[in-house]
Amino acid sequence: MNAVIKASGLQKSYGGNRVVDGLDLSINRGECFGLLGPNGAGKTTTLRMLLGLIAPDSGTAMLLDLPVPQAAREARIRVGVVPQMDNLDPDFTVAENLLVYGRYFGMQDSEIEARIPSLLEFASLTSKRDAKVPTLSGGMKRRLTLARALVNDPDVIFLDEPTTGLDPQARHLIWQRLRELTQQGKTLLLTTHFMDEAERLCHRLAVMDNGKLISQGTPRELIEQNIEPQVVEVFGETSGQWANEHAANYAQRFEVSGESVFCYVQDAQPLVKQLQAQTELRYLHRPANLEDVFLKLTGREMRE
Amino acid sequence: MSSQYLALPRLSLRFFPIWRRHWLVWKKIAAPSILGHLADPVIYMLGLGYGLGSLLPEMGGMSYMAFLAAGTVCYSTMNSASFEALYSGFARMHEQRTWEAILNTPVSLDDVVLSEILWAATKSLMSGAAVLAVIWILGLSHSLMSLWMIPLALLIGLTFAAIGLIMTALAPAYDFFMYYFTLVITPMMLLCGVFFPVTQLPASMQIVAGALPLTHAIDLARPLMSGAVPPQALLHIGVLLAYTLVSFYVSLVLFRRRLSR
Repeated sequence: MNAVIKASGLQKSYGGNRVVDGLDLSINRGECFGLLGPNGAGKTTTLRMLLGLIAPDSGTAMLLDLPVPQAAREARIRVGVVPQMDNLDPDFTVAENLLVYGRYFGMQDSEIEARIPSLLEFASLTSKRDAKVPTLSGGMKRRLTLARALVNDPDVIFLDEPTTGLDPQARHLIWQRLRELTQQGKTLLLTTHFMDEAERLCHRLAVMDNGKLISQGTPRELIEQNIEPQVVEVFGETSGQWANEHAANYAQRFEVSGESVFCYVQDAQPLVKQLQAQTELRYLHRPANLEDVFLKLTGREMRE
Repeated sequence: MSSQYLALPRLSLRFFPIWRRHWLVWKKIAAPSILGHLADPVIYMLGLGYGLGSLLPEMGGMSYMAFLAAGTVCYSTMNSASFEALYSGFARMHEQRTWEAILNTPVSLDDVVLSEILWAATKSLMSGAAVLAVIWILGLSHSLMSLWMIPLALLIGLTFAAIGLIMTALAPAYDFFMYYFTLVITPMMLLCGVFFPVTQLPASMQIVAGALPLTHAIDLARPLMSGAVPPQALLHIGVLLAYTLVSFYVSLVLFRRRLSR
């Protein structure tokens, strides 16, 4: 396999606090790779090191076969970045944003102008070509940021929480576009804390916490490796009491969170039968998903 | 401090697309911007020139208005570079995250900082040229030597842009810039010979004034405006260049440290 992003033993500390701690990563050409983790897990710092924007304290990183940060400038000619927070030029129109950004890659104006119509079409912004950035909705701004990241026709695209703060319609449109990019053979590295996003888009995922990768694989592998296949959620005022008396008899593992009990089981039938007799409790039986894996690996308690 | 911050500047022509970005923004607000360049210095010059000038027979061997004219070009040039490097530079670095967007492309921080300095100096050049045009129209300078004020405005712009960027690199927020304007820019305007000759100051204050860059700018400007070759021109140019280069390097080191997170 042809790795376009490779990291080994990456380490970075800020003021004695180890933000990234011995990270190894290998992402193949054409892959959509998701980096999951709670806030402060070190995802953005990892992206910045892989882009060669900051130097690791130790370890090495390769981007498109070039060592970074040493050859970051050469590598970034073929890379696009969608940052976590919008940093479009508010003084410019949609088209001017693309033109000005393309120049930073050393592209000729004629070359950029020729790409603008297809970029606008990709971002569903053709009718907004001459609109100023402050007049755009949040979803439009994100799509313009995505189009801007494609101005140099990159081989690799970094996306730092690409759909945070968007409404469902806007998220779905972004997802559709990202899928089109993988179909074109682009390599995508994205961070997110939306599990449905990761499950839908990513070929492979890694869960990161406290600067370390704690699990890695396809979405299905992550679920199979880390968690029982069935989940039964039990709700109701007496759920806590029920859990104390019965949960351990039916579930391999269970967690109480407020008035909900999450039971993780190999076979849900006996438990479901037991619950059908409990009139004061409601329950939901579903297959295990990535969110269950994420919560198991990184814990239920709040961060920050 | 880590040695990677201390590397010498690595300059390239990649600053130019960034300079063009700033130019494109400026073109959209050109009319109010030119008015801003002109209104404040011209009102000072005319108000003080006519008001005080009528009480003073002459200053430094010329009419007070002509004396003031040279100082006005220099301080308005200083002001426009300072405002651009501090407030607009901070907006681009911090608030609008323009730098962050640029740094994700094959452009380095060294190119970004260079473009900031050259852009602020470009604003100085426009501001100096605008004031100079008013001076010519009013007939306050008759010498072709005053054309040398145009490259001088660029040099003054480079100097104060580089010094100002040190403040931008250190600033936690916009409020911080008040210290710089109150403690650095305003004293320079009052001590460096804009309104009266430095030789009127007590000896100790003259020594302070002699170390400040605006004094050297005015020592070049005043003879040029009246058609003379400035005495010790190379010394004054050397001081301004030294301020520029040292401040550029210091600001770059501080920006590298600030943006390394």
